[in-house]
Amino acid sequence: MRQSLLALLAKEPAHGYELKQALEAIFGSAYPSPNIGQIYVTLGRLEKDGYVRSVGVEQSNRPNKKVYYITAAGREALLTWVEEPTEGPRVRDEFFMKLVLAPMTGLSDRMALINRQRRHYLGLIRDLDELAERTDPGNRVALLLIEGAMLHLQADLDWLERCQEELP
Amino acid sequence: MTTAPVVRAVNLVKIYQSGRGLPVPAVRGVDLAVEPGEFVAIMGPSGSGKSTLVHLLGGLDTRTSGEIWLDGKRADTLSESGWAVLRRQKIGFVFQFFNLVSNMTVADNVELPALLGGASPRHARERREYLLGELGLTDRAAAAPAQLSGGEQQRVALARALANQPRLLLADEPTGNLDSRNTRDVLKLLSRVHRQGQTIVLVTHDARVAGLADRVVCLLDGEIVDDGAVTTRRRRPGGTAGDVVELRG
Ligand SMILES: Nc1ncnc2c1ncn2[C@@H]1O[C@H](COP(=O)(O)OP(=O)(O)O)[C@@H](O)[C@H]1O
Ligand SMILES: [Mg+2]
Repeated sequence: MRQSLLALLAKEPAHGYELKQALEAIFGSAYPSPNIGQIYVTLGRLEKDGYVRSVGVEQSNRPNKKVYYITAAGREALLTWVEEPTEGPRVRDEFFMKLVLAPMTGLSDRMALINRQRRHYLGLIRDLDELAERTDPGNRVALLLIEGAMLHLQADLDWLERCQEELP
Repeated sequence: MTTAPVVRAVNLVKIYQSGRGLPVPAVRGVDLAVEPGEFVAIMGPSGSGKSTLVHLLGGLDTRTSGEIWLDGKRADTLSESGWAVLRRQKIGFVFQFFNLVSNMTVADNVELPALLGGASPRHARERREYLLGELGLTDRAAAAPAQLSGGEQQRVALARALANQPRLLLADEPTGNLDSRNTRDVLKLLSRVHRQGQTIVLVTHDARVAGLADRVVCLLDGEIVDDGAVTTRRRRPGGTAGDVVELRG
């Protein structure tokens, strides 16, 4: 979350709650909304590292709120992040471990594991479909995120099929 | 009173002959009953017998042994012409390679099955206008199939299959040739007609298509190895893309 907060602050100074709202507005309901506690913890770390600074703004009847600014060092760190190549997709291999190892132990047979997993993937696809239907058609970012998730699931299903063909 | 399954296969077997005369068992003892309104996705590796199964169910190929029942009536014992009549009345087909009539317009291709099924010209035209509209093809109605892209031809094939409001829609990889935007139009129409009660049996590799189904049947080497409901979300209030993709940064 460090970099996304830095990127938002590079656009304009903001307080913690505004950052939470901005992330929610950008990614929509397609992405789990960040928890405010996590945002403050991350801001605290960024401040300690010298990437952001904060000033208190007085509010009548309420405790002061802190507004965060990005520093020159923060911009530098953000630029490094933007310019470095991004790691490719992580293959979630937990199921594959089960598939290879569980039959060796006699705990389960492969066919049952694969069938259960296929239904699970299809259930996820269904959820994503419903989510896409509930998403504002103007929110391209959220819709692309959903489409990306579906394409990953397609690859998972194809892999499952290959496993079913190849493993005895 | 219980209604009969729309389609039912009992110990269905299909054995082809290879070029050298060797037996090729493509479907090996399939039992399957599809209830009215169900949407069944058939999945499985290439060569597992999916196409053969739906061809048998629709009477486009003859079984080696076993039974096929349509709407409570035994169908596999019918003559070829008897099958053809039943098929025209009850079944809509969509194939991977859309076979449209090349010297007829898109509009006529879609209206033809309804007219053959005995619909009035006006009803056939209204149904055609509705279906082409749903598939974003209204302005292609006067075109010949050869003037359309593959994606457009496939959507016309789907419209044609649905023209008769068939008791059963059989489809063999209907989105196999489509890009994601064309696929989305097909998905929308499939899910709409399904909600209206259309019974669908559809072969697919496409996760989004299968995700619409109520039930998945998985074939391997000509046998059913899984048959059951698609698991819907567990305890969570609703899925998010975060269940699949973890964004970092
Ligand atoms: N007309 C045919 N003659 C001989 N073998 C066939 C014929 N049609 C299909 N087969 C064989 O039957 C098996 C199942 O094929 P098919 O039903 O097309 O599988 P799928 O649709 O799952 O890819 C394959 O081994 C295939 O080679
Ligand atoms: Mg096939």
